[in-house]
Amino acid sequence: MKVLVAVKRVVDASVQVRVKADKTAVDLANVKMSMNPFCEIAVEEAIRLKESGIAEEVIVVSAGEDACQEQLRAGLALGADRAIHIQSDAELQPLAVAKLLHKVVDQENIGLVILGKQSIDGDNNQTGQMLAALAGMPQGTFASNVVIENGEAVVTREVDGGLQQIGLKLPAVVTTDLRLNEPRYASLPNIMKAKRKPVAQITAEELGVDVAPRLSTLEVNDPPARASGKRVGSVVELIDALKVEGVL
Amino acid sequence: MSILVIAEHDNNQLKSATANTVAAAQKLSALMGSSVDLAVLGQDCQSVVTQASSVEGIDNVLVADSAAVAHQLPENLAPFLADLVQQKAITHVLFCSTAQGKNVAPRVAALLDVAQISEVTDIIDEATFIRPTYAGNALAKVKTSDPIKVLTIRSTAFDGVDMTSGAASVVALSDVKDQELSRFITESVVESDRPELTSARVVISGGRGMQNGENFSLLESVADKIGAAVGASRAAVDAGYVSNDMQVGQTGKIVAPDLYIAVGISGAIQHLAGMKESKVIVAINNDEEAPIFNVADLSLHADLFEALPELEKTL
Ligand SMILES: Cc1cc2nc3c(=O)[nH]c(=O)nc-3n(C[C@H](O)[C@H](O)[C@H](O)COP(=O)(O)OP(=O)(O)OC[C@H]3O[C@@H](n4cnc5c(N)ncnc54)[C@H](O)[C@@H]3O)c2cc1C
Ligand SMILES: Nc1ncnc2c1ncn2[C@@H]1O[C@H](COP(=O)(O)O)[C@@H](O)[C@H]1O
Repeated sequence: MKVLVAVKRVVDASVQVRVKADKTAVDLANVKMSMNPFCEIAVEEAIRLKESGIAEEVIVVSAGEDACQEQLRAGLALGADRAIHIQSDAELQPLAVAKLLHKVVDQENIGLVILGKQSIDGDNNQTGQMLAALAGMPQGTFASNVVIENGEAVVTREVDGGLQQIGLKLPAVVTTDLRLNEPRYASLPNIMKAKRKPVAQITAEELGVDVAPRLSTLEVNDPPARASGKRVGSVVELIDALKVEGVL
Repeated sequence: MSILVIAEHDNNQLKSATANTVAAAQKLSALMGSSVDLAVLGQDCQSVVTQASSVEGIDNVLVADSAAVAHQLPENLAPFLADLVQQKAITHVLFCSTAQGKNVAPRVAALLDVAQISEVTDIIDEATFIRPTYAGNALAKVKTSDPIKVLTIRSTAFDGVDMTSGAASVVALSDVKDQELSRFITESVVESDRPELTSARVVISGGRGMQNGENFSLLESVADKIGAAVGASRAAVDAGYVSNDMQVGQTGKIVAPDLYIAVGISGAIQHLAGMKESKVIVAINNDEEAPIFNVADLSLHADLFEALPELEKTL
């Protein structure tokens, strides 16, 4: 089975972004960029499937500007076999990404696609579900455990009330939650080896996908600031203050 | 133009998040002058239908009672809903921003070839919405060019409508086809007598500072005195102190109670994203420099193992 992992280049999770003064976007000049943390978990899961003999090949794919090849190299260093860069300088929204990934899924005859549940920049939580819809595949979102057995993916999902287990016919789409695994670090030899692994490039146009955004951002604003708080010296003082606030 | 809200339920109870999503629908309806229907899709869900027909401001409750949607499998729900939207010329489909809503809404949107707009916190006009991005550090005003709008509604941003004063008609829909792509195996739902996290008036959450799962009983005793729900940081969930359904944050649950008490939580941006809309925030931490103190209205610099028992005793 071939496993495809979609990885996105995003602002690093440790960066606290700021809205630009002109309110058109957040300021991304000179901030650290990384692989979306949920995508790291997706790569790790795919590599474990390869190590356990279930996956024959792990392909990482990313759609976006040339810079996202950095995240593809990171995926290769972690153990993916090859990479596909879908080149586009457009603002790619989830529906467009899903359509691009759908083309790759068809071309490569993929058995399992693993994505992150959510990108930490757009906070969309959509692409995996959209890809599953377009490809007519079942979806196991917010996965905290994945077992492939008897032609089925048995996925444990983190849901609002606790955990849910479902069985998906293969091929299927899985999106990762935080507890699925703990991603490894790439070793130096593997980082060196990754430099020689193949990265194929194709453009969104060549794939015949219209990636024009459906949403336009009219304005971006800071969230309302909170009034500054005060220190209390003891539990008793705290309880008194809460009574004054009328919340106890 | 017409609006469809997808009810959140477990075949027995209509979930309160539905009332918040209906409130968002009312806001749209006031702008557009269109009707609001509520869809109940499930199996043996008659009690939910009864509750749904009492929700304020609903014209029709559309019901599909089918084995294929007994467990809300998105493979079966999405094509059914996409067909329904087209047949009834629905222009706005509103889901709750719950695990369930987030699972299904994008699948419906993709089948309709439209964008989906996540975690809507305000409605400007019939095509323009506000939504938080970057862990709530930026509020984007977005406008869609699509004819059909598929939204998930952040429940904390809209006050729920009354769930008892409505009188909607009930309309039966056709059977839902099983696409035979997926099957439900089992579910382990965490039972609790405490209020539900996302709708509780008071939430008390513990972080890595709690040290282990047993120590959460210190929080629970305080919670039970003041009728609070208990939440947690990601670190506490990852370490196995408590179950995943308690995680508050960017990638967990979003809460905005009247009172949020963060105990042994440092205040990472991902945690703040889930609770900083709370009315009053209290932080208890033994690190003077903890970032949580920057957002707290009331900061208690103390060891939680002393502060919690004292709170319990004094409350
Ligand atoms: C992709 C991604 C998604 C994430 N999503 C979430 C999310 O949804 N929710 C979330 O919470 N986090 C999330 N995180 C994790 C987040 O970045 C932080 O790591 C996490 O919130 C830290 O949890 P904590 O505050 O409990 O632990 P720590 O940061 O370790 O803080 C523990 C605190 O306890 C205090 N403490 C220790 N002992 C005591 C004591 N005896 N008395 C009083 N205080 C004490 C310490 O001073 C410290 O401030 C996410 C991270 C990533 C990368
Ligand atoms: N431009 C992209 N390239 C590759 N994968 C992506 C891209 N955008 C989103 N994804 C995948 O979709 C997941 C969810 O993203 P989102 O729907 O934007 O929250 C991410 O974790 C990635 O796995």
